[in-house]
Amino acid sequence: MSDNVLKVSVSFRVNGEAQVVEVHPLARLLDVLRDELRLTGTKEGCGEGECGACSVMVDGVLVNSCLVPVAQVAGTEIRTIEGLAADDRLHAVQEAFLACGGAQCGICTPGMIMAAVNLLERNPQPTEAEIRNGLAGNLCRCTGYMKIFESVIKACQH
Amino acid sequence: MLKRVIGQPVARKEGRDKVTGQTRYVDDLIMPGMLFGATVRSEIARGRLRGISFGEGIPWPEFTIVTAQDIPGTNCVALITDDQPVLAAEFINHAEEPVLLLAHHDKHLLEKARRSVRLEIEPLPPVLTMEESLRGSEIIRAGAGDNIFKSFLVEKGDPDAVESEAAFIVEGEYETEAQEHLYIEPQGMIAIASPAEGVTVRGSLQCPYYVQKALLGIFNLPPDKVRVIQTATGGGFGGKEEYPSMIAAHAALLAWKSGRPVKLIYDRAEDMAATTRRHPSRTRHRTAVSRDGKLLSMEIDFMIDGGAYATLSSVVLSRGTIHAAGPYNCPSVRIRSQAVATSHPPHGAFRGFGAPQSIFALERHMNKVARTVGLSPAEFRRRNFIRQGETLATGQVIREPVNLDQLLTRALELSDYERKKEIFARHNAENRTLKKGIGFASFMHGAGFTGSGEKYLESEVGVEATAEGRVRILVASTEIGQGTNTILSQIAAEALKLDYDLVELAEPDTANVPNSGPTVASRTCMVVGKLVESAALGMKQILLRSGLLSPEYSIDEWSEACRTYIEKYGPLKSYSRYQPPPGIVWDDEKYQGDAYGTYAWAVYVAEVSVDLVTYETRVDDFVAVQEVGRVIHPVLAAGQIEGGVAQGTGFALYEKVVWRDGRMVNNQMTNYIIPTAEDVPPIRVHFEEMPYEHGPAGAKGIGELPMDGAAPAILNAVEDATGVEVNQIPLLPETLMQLMESERNALCLITS
Amino acid sequence: MRAYLPDYDLRVPATLGEALTLLAQEPGVWKPFAGGTDLMVLLEAGKLEQTKFISLWGLTELRGITTSDDEIIVGALTTYTELQNNPVLQSEFPLLCQAAGLTGSVAIQNRGTLGGNIANASPAADSLPALLVYEASLELISTSGTRIVPYPGFHTGYKKSVMKADEIIRAIRLPRTTAGWFQASRKVGTRRAQAISKVCLAAMAQVENSFIRDIRLACGSVAPVPLRCVRTEAALKSQPIDETVISAARTELANELRPIDDLRSTAEYRLRVAGNLLEEFLWKAAGER
Repeated sequence: MSDNVLKVSVSFRVNGEAQVVEVHPLARLLDVLRDELRLTGTKEGCGEGECGACSVMVDGVLVNSCLVPVAQVAGTEIRTIEGLAADDRLHAVQEAFLACGGAQCGICTPGMIMAAVNLLERNPQPTEAEIRNGLAGNLCRCTGYMKIFESVIKACQH
Repeated sequence: MLKRVIGQPVARKEGRDKVTGQTRYVDDLIMPGMLFGATVRSEIARGRLRGISFGEGIPWPEFTIVTAQDIPGTNCVALITDDQPVLAAEFINHAEEPVLLLAHHDKHLLEKARRSVRLEIEPLPPVLTMEESLRGSEIIRAGAGDNIFKSFLVEKGDPDAVESEAAFIVEGEYETEAQEHLYIEPQGMIAIASPAEGVTVRGSLQCPYYVQKALLGIFNLPPDKVRVIQTATGGGFGGKEEYPSMIAAHAALLAWKSGRPVKLIYDRAEDMAATTRRHPSRTRHRTAVSRDGKLLSMEIDFMIDGGAYATLSSVVLSRGTIHAAGPYNCPSVRIRSQAVATSHPPHGAFRGFGAPQSIFALERHMNKVARTVGLSPAEFRRRNFIRQGETLATGQVIREPVNLDQLLTRALELSDYERKKEIFARHNAENRTLKKGIGFASFMHGAGFTGSGEKYLESEVGVEATAEGRVRILVASTEIGQGTNTILSQIAAEALKLDYDLVELAEPDTANVPNSGPTVASRTCMVVGKLVESAALGMKQILLRSGLLSPEYSIDEWSEACRTYIEKYGPLKSYSRYQPPPGIVWDDEKYQGDAYGTYAWAVYVAEVSVDLVTYETRVDDFVAVQEVGRVIHPVLAAGQIEGGVAQGTGFALYEKVVWRDGRMVNNQMTNYIIPTAEDVPPIRVHFEEMPYEHGPAGAKGIGELPMDGAAPAILNAVEDATGVEVNQIPLLPETLMQLMESERNALCLITS
Repeated sequence: MRAYLPDYDLRVPATLGEALTLLAQEPGVWKPFAGGTDLMVLLEAGKLEQTKFISLWGLTELRGITTSDDEIIVGALTTYTELQNNPVLQSEFPLLCQAAGLTGSVAIQNRGTLGGNIANASPAADSLPALLVYEASLELISTSGTRIVPYPGFHTGYKKSVMKADEIIRAIRLPRTTAGWFQASRKVGTRRAQAISKVCLAAMAQVENSFIRDIRLACGSVAPVPLRCVRTEAALKSQPIDETVISAARTELANELRPIDDLRSTAEYRLRVAGNLLEEFLWKAAGER
């Protein structure tokens, strides 16, 4: 963040922990997570809400964190990829991505997994069409998506 | 007895870190005192730099500013031909050419400053098409007499003589356009540099030693003063083969001048506009065929647009040329090819490396030939498929068994091809707005460097053991998503009869790993993997010969032997250097001989629907059958095929670079369309396994193969659906509309 | 991030009154900021010209969907996701729900709002043709009070509207008069998801025995503003659905639309496909009744 900049204090919770940041109100949630809180699991792929690599949940709702100004998340509960695994136990979706080859280069993976977790929270037994729709905002250039679909289906059976 | 590792879907080595978000990519790293870097680029395609001015309202003294004058060594990104400057000093040869570098600790102010620098450039006429380039009215290659970077002539038999015997002569022209890699992680580097300590760069890259080679000259330093470390890399596809040298140089120059670590990360718009893309191509075919559908001669003219500098165009052209006549037995072949200069940003390495372009042309053309002869596409190909003992265009004798007939049969069965043909014919007769079709392409892809490439590279690989019996593989080959870490560990574990978990890869760091060559050309598994296998076996031999290990050993005995060896003799390491398999001969002058050690073979089938209301094509089903030798890891291998097919689907139907005066103007993910989860068909992958004698555990290369077949299979299916001959990709709905309009001019589409 | 953040400001008022007061005090200086799905993209690209913004996101006065016997009032901050999930909208205003479901991805639909879409006034906005055919009206609010303006006619030119600098959109009102109408929409955007429309059509018709009693048509991405195709409607009203009438309607539509060539498509394609979409709709409507 720049010197001599208008800054506001914004409080919210991230993965269950209370956080207070002093930042420009239009700072992107993405930058606040990565630069201020050093939660670098959330990635930037395009900066225009197209690739989904920056997907996180705000109060359980999936968002592109590159499109959310930090001032609009005051008082919310944010979940990032770092908050999915409990202690050493992976989330079922993470396990499934590991088992089915859902991650290749890994850069879309955190956002993809957040989108998949969000989908399954809304719809625990999605059809293939619903999986495709639920993940259509997360671009992957490595997998051709097949192994990602398999991963989500496997996670449902969990 | 340990269970075997090869062929098993073991866990991806770095998988856990990737699914938990713990993997650190270059933009995730920070260093104390780090500055951010930015690049000022030309907005016009060609001209002469007359001045640089710095706008008002920016505290310029706070900035580190680098121009060509600040380069300690040579202003050149060393690759094949040394023609590309690190920073343009006088002449601008393409839009987005870097001219000036800035660094500051405040990345927002940095961006404002970047936009405040004005380059005064006196425009010169750009050359924006291959035709213009060939005409040569403007010579744009510095110090050259023409605009041709490279040309090849491959000759077999006598095409001129056999034409008179032909029952049919079939001609066709085919075009492919530029394609963005669109790895999801944009490019970036972090550099530390000083005259005393030398240069260290970390970043997103495929080829650490390419970057090192480029930096040596730029900084005029010996190899031990230039260290290159690959950080986790979020996709490459060739896009991080040569361009990272440029970014590394820029970051290092800023670090050198400022004395601070400098991070230089491209945003998406800059990455798309400035870095390389797939070479656009134009291919002409003239084919002579006998009455019974046997190929008599093939004349092929293949041309690619290299962009403003030579970069890798000559080798891209080479691979495209050699693959241009495909997996067919034809007695007479003449392939002429050229890579020409234009004022576009240099086109570069991209998965398939010229082959997807020439194979697209060939496999569209083979359908046209079949139709002319009056044979089905399948029957025509069956009559001409290459078989063991026959020769390819370069005169290479196919030594291993190859059964394309069987691959085709399998692919047609799995896709239910014949039945679908009938169903679609009925469907299309009844349905006026939705047309269905099915098509296929048969093709091959050579693994490893072309011709003498591997011999010149002389790749080296090391394997070392710790006192606990753990094994580390020392290679410069990089994990870019394709599974390097996993498959090389599998190969070593299998060779040593150890648990997969006991093997890992050392960080790709030029200070610690030997030069196992670049991570390109489908060579990591087949070529580097073979070296890993032999280095591992060499290490076992060391222990066996030292008497510390008996031929039938347990893991405990292995660990004990390592511990004792290291205590007694010091480090336990084994190296292996590339030797061509016996009998491989290549003539670089005549372009004759064994172009590749071996080939992977494939038949891909696509099923499409074409909506005549919107002229949109959708791929409904896709079957990919291939023979890639032994499959090392079934999940990763299938993942390579599926990813390549999806990328090939984009190449065929969606991905269009929109140029304006030599600049890419749709350099946003919003406007450059790649397939989403809703756009890809089910991709059904099938491997026929035929172990290759000289590959590790029998494996061949796989990474590029799937990029070759999707586009021609899809376009063949579109032709089947619509009856319209489409010979250019990407096939956007706008193009299909125009082609269909030219066939039928009625106002009412549906009622006509 | 290509914008220089210190040049910008974003205020977060606690109440609607506070937001309106700020707007009224310095008219034209402050601009409302809803879900940010368009403005943040411009900010990132360094192309956001306005610099001072008022966040509306937290204002409950702008949220919620209320239903009465004759209309549905949709709060301006209603997201695309909320639109899709509303049962009354699903059954009576399906074109709006379809458009919402085809706008961006799940994450975009969670943040993009109907009011924001209207205020942003992109000619390619997916939901706006639906609002045109539903003959929606907008509730505009300022410190001087509320006024209702018909949505058709709201956009006066590219990114221009009748809204004053101190006004914001409070709600969108949809008259519940769609019973008995055949409705259909189609978006064309190269790929299936996450696409910006190259052309889209929202259409509804009352058809009896293949005879058009009434029809409403609106297109996106074919003119500087989302376009209600009144001349084409006139050519179709009280006509049978047959080839002659369709041909005449296509000609009328071609005269009425003003598409352009841009990065995403060509004027020629947009014109042709808009005609095809119209024709497809008419045959469907004929088959429906």
